[in-house]
Amino acid sequence: MSMWRWFHKFGSPKWFFDIASRLIPWLLGTGLVLLLTGLVWGLAFAPQDYLQGNSYRIIFIHVPSAFLAQSVYLMMASAAVVTLVWKMKLADVFVQTMAPVGALLTFLALFTGAVWGKPTWGTWWVWDARLTSMLILLFLYCGVIVLGRAIADEKSSARAVAVLVLVGVVNIPIIKYSVDWWNTLHQPATFTLTKRPSMPVEMWAPLLLSVVGLYLLFGWLTCVRMQTGILVREHRTSWVRALVRSQGV
Amino acid sequence: MHPVRKKRLTIILFLVAGLGLAVGLATYAFRQNINLFYDPSQIASGEAPHDVRIRAGGMVEDGSVSRDEDSLLVRFRVTDFSSSVAMEYEGILPDLFAEGQGIVAMGRLRADGTFVADQVLAKHDENYMPPEVHEAIQRAEAKKAAAATTSSAGY
Amino acid sequence: MQFDSFAAFLFMEGHGPYVWTCYAVFTLALVGLAWWSLKQRTAVIRQQYHAQLRAERRQASADAHTATDGSGTPAASFSRIHPS
Repeated sequence: MSMWRWFHKFGSPKWFFDIASRLIPWLLGTGLVLLLTGLVWGLAFAPQDYLQGNSYRIIFIHVPSAFLAQSVYLMMASAAVVTLVWKMKLADVFVQTMAPVGALLTFLALFTGAVWGKPTWGTWWVWDARLTSMLILLFLYCGVIVLGRAIADEKSSARAVAVLVLVGVVNIPIIKYSVDWWNTLHQPATFTLTKRPSMPVEMWAPLLLSVVGLYLLFGWLTCVRMQTGILVREHRTSWVRALVRSQGV
Repeated sequence: MHPVRKKRLTIILFLVAGLGLAVGLATYAFRQNINLFYDPSQIASGEAPHDVRIRAGGMVEDGSVSRDEDSLLVRFRVTDFSSSVAMEYEGILPDLFAEGQGIVAMGRLRADGTFVADQVLAKHDENYMPPEVHEAIQRAEAKKAAAATTSSAGY
Repeated sequence: MQFDSFAAFLFMEGHGPYVWTCYAVFTLALVGLAWWSLKQRTAVIRQQYHAQLRAERRQASADAHTATDGSGTPAASFSRIHPS
């Protein structure tokens, strides 16, 4: 029972806003330190790859972006279930404020992948299953953004967006397993949670740092953007009015 | 959990599962179209159509690359370790092209079974390592191979 | 450091343009997103602050009307014609 109480407390906008305010400096600080360390390490200190030379250094931004692009979608799908089942406003605030972040991360994964593909594969783009399913993910994010803005009524917009997010969630396992199920130009995953990474520690350590760093920065963005969303939706409540007065301009 | 919410959650889970199943079956049915390329076994068994632009991929066979002396024509064999297919390509190959490397070629399958490529892409695997480590592995493998031949020659 | 000189670090044996383009776009995109998100939050607070001030001024002038009028007619119907 205590879990449910915690769950409902978590759904309280004021409670979330206060927690977010406290987390914001920590997430930004640790996130920046880890990401910058990972990137500088990867760019200047990690050894070359025997086959690709220095172009493989793009991995230190490509993999974190692609990793997050997919996990943000999974988080949005979980929030969509909460929207539909519990009608919790905060879940919809998450989905609608974080969709642009997911879209940007997907774009970055596609862009860095294309620039990396040119010197290694010999082409910017092929219509293989991994690349195409990732492009579909970008379209899904854009669809969520557009649909959310097209419907003025808060409740109908929340419901429509949640349904779209849930329909699109089948794309996530397709992205993940595309490289195993079909012949693709894209290689299988280097970095998984289940097996040892197929690179030496002086290459995967900076990669791990940048992945964790980007996750923390995503957490920071979540706090900032959801605070904005809460302020907009709760502007009539007395606590938001008081907060706005105390912040001044 | 409130019964109404439980019902809503069950409905959602069923819908997502059903959708997943439908998409799963559809992608399974279209799996050949989703495959980016045919592998040498599929070509050997006649699955790949002739005289249509297709992609074929596999590993460049060791010792199979021969370059024409006065043109950019390259001949090589591509294998998946059970069958192999002869390929011809005229043009600049990607930097990563080498014997023992994966490639994906775009082109047509001639009646004689040779694949005439007009584009060759390099495919690499998920393994990354520093050059020194790679050399060490190669040295160790060469040593092992040498030991194997000498020992077999000795008996 | 894997590189002998700063120039070699930038050049990356010919892969420099690819690597640096990616890192530049990545950094710009994230910094831009962070800046936009912070600006949005400040803008929302500022806008609501002004809305509150406006509402209060309206209320105050409406109260003033009822006071000078003295007849007891409700001032609410006049409150709309005071834009600020």
